[in-house]
Amino acid sequence: MDDQTRIVNQACQRVGNDRLRLMDILLDVQRELRCIDHRSIAQIAQQLNCARIEVEEVASFYSFFSSPRKGDIAIRLCDDIVDRFQGMPAIARAFEQQLGIRMGETSADGTFSLDWTPCIGLSDQAPAALINDTPVTRLTPQRVVEIIAELRHHGDPAKLNTAAGEGNNAHPQIAVEVHNQIRHRGAVLLNDAPADAGLDVALTLNSDAILQRIEDSQLRGRGGAGFPTGRKWRTAANTIAEQRYIFCNADEGEPGTFKDRVLLTEHAELMIEGMTIAALAVGAAHGIIYLRGEYSYLKQHLESVLSQRRQQHRLGCSIGGRPGFDFDIRLQLGAGAYMCGEESALISSCEGQRGEPKTRPPFTAERGYLGYPSVVDNVETFCCAARILTRGAAWFRGFGTAASAGTKLFSICGDCDRPGIYELPFGVTVDELLIAAGARDPAAVLVGGPSGELISQTAFERRICFEDLSTAGAVVVFNDRRNILEIVEYYMAFFVEESCGYCTPCRVGNVFLHERISKVRQGLASPQDLAYLQELGDTIAKTSRCGLGQTSPNPILSSLQNFPLVYSALVKERDDGWQAGFDIQRALEESRRLAKRRSFIYDPSYSDSTNSDKEAPA
Amino acid sequence: MAEQHKKRIATASLAGCFGCHMSLLDIDERILDLIELVEFDRSPLNDLKRFTRRCDIGLIEGGCCNEENVHTLRDFRSNCDVLVAIGQCAVMGGLPVMRNAIMHSDDPLKECFDEAYIDSPYLYNPSHQIPNDPALPLILDKVYTCVDVVRVDYQIPGCPPSGDTLWQTLVALINNRPADLPYELIKYD
Repeated sequence: MDDQTRIVNQACQRVGNDRLRLMDILLDVQRELRCIDHRSIAQIAQQLNCARIEVEEVASFYSFFSSPRKGDIAIRLCDDIVDRFQGMPAIARAFEQQLGIRMGETSADGTFSLDWTPCIGLSDQAPAALINDTPVTRLTPQRVVEIIAELRHHGDPAKLNTAAGEGNNAHPQIAVEVHNQIRHRGAVLLNDAPADAGLDVALTLNSDAILQRIEDSQLRGRGGAGFPTGRKWRTAANTIAEQRYIFCNADEGEPGTFKDRVLLTEHAELMIEGMTIAALAVGAAHGIIYLRGEYSYLKQHLESVLSQRRQQHRLGCSIGGRPGFDFDIRLQLGAGAYMCGEESALISSCEGQRGEPKTRPPFTAERGYLGYPSVVDNVETFCCAARILTRGAAWFRGFGTAASAGTKLFSICGDCDRPGIYELPFGVTVDELLIAAGARDPAAVLVGGPSGELISQTAFERRICFEDLSTAGAVVVFNDRRNILEIVEYYMAFFVEESCGYCTPCRVGNVFLHERISKVRQGLASPQDLAYLQELGDTIAKTSRCGLGQTSPNPILSSLQNFPLVYSALVKERDDGWQAGFDIQRALEESRRLAKRRSFIYDPSYSDSTNSDKEAPA
Repeated sequence: MAEQHKKRIATASLAGCFGCHMSLLDIDERILDLIELVEFDRSPLNDLKRFTRRCDIGLIEGGCCNEENVHTLRDFRSNCDVLVAIGQCAVMGGLPVMRNAIMHSDDPLKECFDEAYIDSPYLYNPSHQIPNDPALPLILDKVYTCVDVVRVDYQIPGCPPSGDTLWQTLVALINNRPADLPYELIKYD
């Protein structure tokens, strides 16, 4: 038995040849063999007793799985627009020079590979990169030289001589140079709450009373959509089933969002406490924390918190001495797919499938994981739930606005002096956030990431809450020297890349939107192109299958609405009705070369007298 | 509304198959009504090769696959008040646009020519030459739809649009009112 066979077999046996755990098998194989080739795929299929295509379709879906071999040290540079604006192009050049390879390549000796990856949740300390699982932040070209020299010396990214960040980032189980940058602590989430106070209260209550409290608190989901948490839990509890599941969505993929990273680092106990309360409320015995692959450096820490809680009888059988209350949690790592932040796609991923959303209805709270009722909530939502049980629904409702109770974690980044985490009540204005973060000459703010809204100065007095501007936390500031359309074009490219491809409006439509916005940027567009953007954007928003597609045209739709002058300055209508975007000379170049002759119509020197169709100056 | 003058119509077939023009003839005896209402300027129907006067309506069949198509289309845009793209090729590129699918090649145009004139197993081309007579217009790097090249006022889908569809379109344009195109006329399945 050769090494490859042995490694693949071990990866399968580690999860008991369980088809549902295909993600873990693939993660193991990718980590050990640095690729998932056809041989591995065939062998996994054989071990799991399933069709080869079932394995291949999953392996090909996630960006952290690759069929060509990646380097032993895989370097992924964060390609987010914030990183770009803060000097990533120079960093990329430095890596290319030091390694002697280009972006997307693997070095000849197989040691290094260099790739782009979308936002890795470190936008407040950009430019940043992942070296295998280890994040490195605030990169400079000089630092790149040092990093590569050091890696060439000892070859272990985990040993990189990095100054560990503050708080738990310095914890031996984490030990990375990530900074929490907590700038404002509110009353609900970032205060030192007594451990398990919420769970202790919950253990004295019956299921209905817990649900009642959550409903009374008017807590709404913190992942962006703002669905009432109490109603979701109640639906799951009321659906008759043998089993129910609790999922924590820690797949924080929305570019510019990094607040869950801080909660996971500093308040993992609170989140798990919230999940345990949810389990008690809906009657679930199993929970899964779906952690995005980019945060796998937190895995060991989270595992140790889980095992510690098992020892304290806060997880496992008869929790808190309450007979019959059995609940345990496992950690599921993702592998680089924005899509999996969508709750039904997250469940697909946990089932060992491609991260594609499921058809709704039925909703996941009725029929989710393996067809059982499943509660999927954001990290922050579970933290809020735990605090609501401790301090009561009325206390929680005391923060925020009428329809948006409580405080919210904002992750602010971009062109500001104090990027980081701010816990503030809902209803705070964009202006207030900008002042708090020390924004410099802000001209545009992206509230809620690319699937949110890009607003201009005229809208800075708007409030951040579900009634007005909603956000999962991302607030990205752009100053007046940034090119709005560069931002829009980048985010459309992001959606083109991250679309799962299931439905046509999103898979195809976003490609067309991206092409057309590039045309606008080049100054080749006519007013009809803007009408086209609006119309196609509306169609994609209306007809896509899931939240990703429905919000994917937002960078274009919101910038068309809020930055009309940026567009009108670039768009011109020619009097002759010819399209500025069509360049006959370029269209003929190839043909001239092949035919070895010039154009009778369009090369003036060919025949001056017959030429009636000279190019008008654009 | 008093008739100022008979509406003048021009038509052209670019990278199309003349099917749309055949479909126009499919209005049968209504063609007698049509010539009461309009006069034809530049068109293959009367073999006029150039515009004699400015026209009210230009009908374009086919997209642009070579330089002459572009030249003609721009000429139509410059000489017609209202430009209508009729049929799938004019609107979306139609069959000719399939060559745009050769996009992952280093030399797509060469690959296209080779397939058409050299490599295809169904080919009789003893000279093994790619046609290159100086009288042939140069081919474009890819096929463009009418909208890619000029502003177009209306697009009528169909392969081809039926005679009834074209009739309704013309009647509406001549009388300056919205086209009455019931579902049956524009459903293609």
